[in-house]
Amino acid sequence: MSFIFLFLFVADVLTGSVSIPIREALSSLKGEPTIFSDILLQFRLPKAITCVLAGGALATGGLLMQTLFRNPLAGPDVLGLSSGASLMVAIVVFIGQSGKGPGLMLVNNPWSIAFSASIGSGLIFILIIAIAQYVRDNTSLLIIGLMVSAVTSSLVSVLQFIGRAEDLQTFMIWTLGNVGSTSWNELLVLFIVVFSGITIAYLSSKSLNSWLLGENYAQGLGIRLAQSRFWIVIGTGLLTGAVTAFCGPIAFVGLAVPHLVRLVVPSTNHKILIPSVICGGASLLLLCDLLTQLPGSTQILPLNAVTSLVGAPVVIWMIIKSKRIRV
Amino acid sequence: MSEIKTIAQTIDLSVGYSKAGKVLCLFEKLNLTLAAGELVCFMGPNGIGKSSLIRTLAGLQKPLDGNIHIPKEKAVALVLTDKITANHMSVYDLISYGRYPYLNWNISLSEKDHALINEAIALVHIEPLINKRLYELSDGQLQMAMIAKALTQDTTILFLDEPTSHLDLNNRVEIMNTLRELSRTAGKAILVATHELDLALQTADRIWLATHDKKIKEGIPEDLVLDGSFDQVFQFKGFDLKTGKVHHKAYRNISVNLSGEGHEYLWTKNALERAGYEIGKNSQIRIHIKTSGSSTSWSVTSESINQEYNSLAGLLYSLQSISK
Repeated sequence: MSFIFLFLFVADVLTGSVSIPIREALSSLKGEPTIFSDILLQFRLPKAITCVLAGGALATGGLLMQTLFRNPLAGPDVLGLSSGASLMVAIVVFIGQSGKGPGLMLVNNPWSIAFSASIGSGLIFILIIAIAQYVRDNTSLLIIGLMVSAVTSSLVSVLQFIGRAEDLQTFMIWTLGNVGSTSWNELLVLFIVVFSGITIAYLSSKSLNSWLLGENYAQGLGIRLAQSRFWIVIGTGLLTGAVTAFCGPIAFVGLAVPHLVRLVVPSTNHKILIPSVICGGASLLLLCDLLTQLPGSTQILPLNAVTSLVGAPVVIWMIIKSKRIRV
Repeated sequence: MSEIKTIAQTIDLSVGYSKAGKVLCLFEKLNLTLAAGELVCFMGPNGIGKSSLIRTLAGLQKPLDGNIHIPKEKAVALVLTDKITANHMSVYDLISYGRYPYLNWNISLSEKDHALINEAIALVHIEPLINKRLYELSDGQLQMAMIAKALTQDTTILFLDEPTSHLDLNNRVEIMNTLRELSRTAGKAILVATHELDLALQTADRIWLATHDKKIKEGIPEDLVLDGSFDQVFQFKGFDLKTGKVHHKAYRNISVNLSGEGHEYLWTKNALERAGYEIGKNSQIRIHIKTSGSSTSWSVTSESINQEYNSLAGLLYSLQSISK
């Protein structure tokens, strides 16, 4: 699996509207100036690394949610974080732009969308953690998460309805997902947050494994339910929030990758599953990014269209082949 | 058992739920004990709160009032009715969960942990299953694996909630026998919540019987049968606990005279009573059971008939024609 991952990474770096020969790429990396240096260092490499970080983060988030809720349909977006981010971005894009003064300043700032997405998912995140402390069981938390998404999504629809056409386009482009516009500075922030989220997830392996047996057995094995749920929610929040902030709401990866990985890796131990889904998520997103670049064309497809177009049939095929879906 | 060693007890324990000021009390002021090496069956009708008491004793649920004295942390292992949804887990992995209370976040099993896991597997005789996935197991095998998981926890106390429901007779007997053996050989205190009277009466050292006044009556099975406690709680309809039989009405008003010995006599009597005949001394219909080696035959003599049958079905069929 790590071989596939490496292959996809190299392929993603080298192909695009301008193909880079591998020898030129290596010399560019050594610091020798070639005509490809700028494309490689300022565009291709950050894009590929973003794919890796985002894919790994979303897949881990999906795994955590599926385990916590013992529900194969859970994904990193069930907590409502992506919708929270969408709402905030929508507010900034639609209202900020039509207003004058501070609103305008927000929109002209290149960080503004990432910033507002972070604020949006952050607020929902705090709300969900507060609710998680209050409700006792995971199913309630799952349903509340879905309801929060429903509310934020409908608010977004309202904003879209009253918004101006050109703002609508800006917003739609954000919702399509994008891994190609991250700078090295943004990458550093993304890396730190994703790394913390994955560390929290990995350190929670024991409680995650225990959740698989259900709340009562987990408690019987000495797991502190509220505390462990808190950390799992924090981990997922960091992973999903960071990715949504920088890349937009990337659909599907978080839901599908854990299932695909489980078909290959026959384990229920999260110490094995977490590294596997990181690798799987990174590979899937790299593959999808490769496919956004239509062969022999300069036209680039939206990432979200590709993730679902590629991923959904693969999952359907895998499930039909193995005749079961599991958590 | 030379001396009784109490390892757990409750003092004025009240069990139930309180939510938003409303209190639902299931049991009140319980003073119960559990001793090492004994198998206690906790009986009561469905819905009386057996699971809630087990959850409370195990510390999964707060008591309404009173105290539970259990030696130290990590002293209780559980087998609950909860379904395991992660059914592609391997049996060995499931059993290894028993070591979790002793492991840190890194959950790496030591040689000693593996030894304890294998010991538990050997105790419940499921060696051939350890590499299977949970979805490949029958209900009885899964229950055995859950018991092995609980044993791996290496605790002095074991609580099981309805471990034999949904199982066939053979599996039920096997599980209860395994538990009884464990209580004796490993010196564990084992509490089994069950509503299956027949098994409990034959295997339990002691019974906790949940009564309708929110109390629990303790005693050995035979005492509780003879003093009528079971009849009060379960309010049997057409079942006589003291004989262990379902009560049959002799609706045919025909009495037959039966002679014979051993199991054959008991089962013939069973068949006749079930079919509505009364077994009496002074009757014109006489049935005699003859056994020679492994074959059994029944001879019937009356005014109109004198015949021999080699199955009870044949016997009942001809009796039916006589009574017409």
